[in-house]
Amino acid sequence: MSQGQASAEVRGALAEAHRRQWAFVLAATVRLAGDLDIAEECVQDAFVAALTSWTQRGIPANPGAWLTATARRRALDTLRRDQTLRRKLPMLVGTDAATCAPLEWEGEGEEADMSQLPDDRLQLIFTCCHPALAPEAQVALTLRLVCGLTTPEIARAFLVSEPTMAARITRAKKKIALARIPYRVPPAHELPDRLDAVLTVTHLLFTTGHTAPAGDRLVRADLVERSLDLARMLYTLMPDDREVRGLLALLLLTDARRVTRTSADGRLLLLEEQDRSRWDRQAIGEGRQLVDQALRRGRPGRFALQAAIAAVHAEAPSYADTDWPEVLGLYNLLLAVWPSPVVALNRAVAVAMVQGPAAGLAVLEEVADDPHLATYPYLAATRADLLRRLGRAQDAAQAYRTALSLATNAAEKDFLTRRLAEVTAT
Amino acid sequence: MAKYLILIYGQESPAPPTPDQWDWMMKAHGQFAQAVDQQGGKILGGEALQPTATATSVRNDGQAVTDGPFVETKEALGGFYLIEAADLDQALAFAKLCPAPGGGVELRPIMDTSGAPPSA
Repeated sequence: MSQGQASAEVRGALAEAHRRQWAFVLAATVRLAGDLDIAEECVQDAFVAALTSWTQRGIPANPGAWLTATARRRALDTLRRDQTLRRKLPMLVGTDAATCAPLEWEGEGEEADMSQLPDDRLQLIFTCCHPALAPEAQVALTLRLVCGLTTPEIARAFLVSEPTMAARITRAKKKIALARIPYRVPPAHELPDRLDAVLTVTHLLFTTGHTAPAGDRLVRADLVERSLDLARMLYTLMPDDREVRGLLALLLLTDARRVTRTSADGRLLLLEEQDRSRWDRQAIGEGRQLVDQALRRGRPGRFALQAAIAAVHAEAPSYADTDWPEVLGLYNLLLAVWPSPVVALNRAVAVAMVQGPAAGLAVLEEVADDPHLATYPYLAATRADLLRRLGRAQDAAQAYRTALSLATNAAEKDFLTRRLAEVTAT
Repeated sequence: MAKYLILIYGQESPAPPTPDQWDWMMKAHGQFAQAVDQQGGKILGGEALQPTATATSVRNDGQAVTDGPFVETKEALGGFYLIEAADLDQALAFAKLCPAPGGGVELRPIMDTSGAPPSA
């Protein structure tokens, strides 16, 4: 095999390891280093070292184990070297280099049995999603530390400048160290609340990718895929939690429609216009199975219920032939566990499908005064659609104009403009 | 263990507390101290403050002395605790137990001044 071929193969293996193993390698290194920055540097160094080593000596049987061993060895070297220097920041609570003496296998170029390595990914995730950090900092840290994205990549995803994103990440890391946010999985009595924060971050990542807040493209596939990876990781780590299953199911079932959400020329297609034969049946099958498990035993949570609604849509032969009473029943349950104005608005759509647009509009107007919805384009868009179906063209046109002034995504704006033209033409 | 300052903020009432309100406050703070102790934390100090109407501020520039608090806020600083806790999670658990009727508390980690200056 020539050097060039090996290199391409090595690059492929490294890219795969970066996507699948980054969180594992970093989490195992943080425990040893007691410092997020040192750990990150060591893991990055390990990836750089891998390029040379794997090209010369071949790709190891277990790339994750090789990277972990290398990163941890570098962390130990750094710590020994820094013993004479004063530490800039206090050690992370819950980590202690002294209790993590190097194991036998941490020798040069050695590989370890992955099952012998500590799986600290949950510690890492829960630390990134600690409620003492601002929500936007939680999302940024999760992308950087758990998903291994670079600061420029995260800045691009959230449409902020690189210095702004870098400052946000630095501030969050510093707060973790100085305020002593512990590096651990929360105790059982705090777990439901803390896990909800983790699932919220994952879901936010997905929705940001699913309908990009700005730009020409409706979907940011990179963010959608990272959030799916994250949801799968959580499911692997907490397989018995029903909300974790619910979230993975929700993402799979929603993303199954990805390719049909826009037409060939980039136009936004509504659920009723989408070509259901092109929906990803495998994802729907997997999602449905997870939903069934998530709904079993006891009161289902908000992610399980949202997934159940997505499953009804995914399995319906057409928009008209959807089991709308079932959808409405699920929205009633969802509103009880999660009384959010956005849920109330979506419920109004289901009411319109079961009892007619007039009834839906009445429900919509009940929630329309909520200040949280004041700048929410879907409120005006939904109102416009219901008015259109009631034949109130003039009122509908006004609502479409409001929706247009609030929408930020180009594909969505284009859709609203077309609808506005339709109602003003009649 | 790490040290934190719990700053207690609330609306200042124009009238002094009634005997019932006073008893309730004393009891609530007693229970707070007990809870911190039972859960392995420590109260290193703490006081209630006289209302901001009694405050005097001295600006560093020109040493001007003015009547009133340094910063006017709707909810005023009314008291504080200096506590010791294992980490932020334990400190937050204590902060949630801290009586602050009609207001809330702010939790600030104490800076370690024994070593090098804090990094940028």
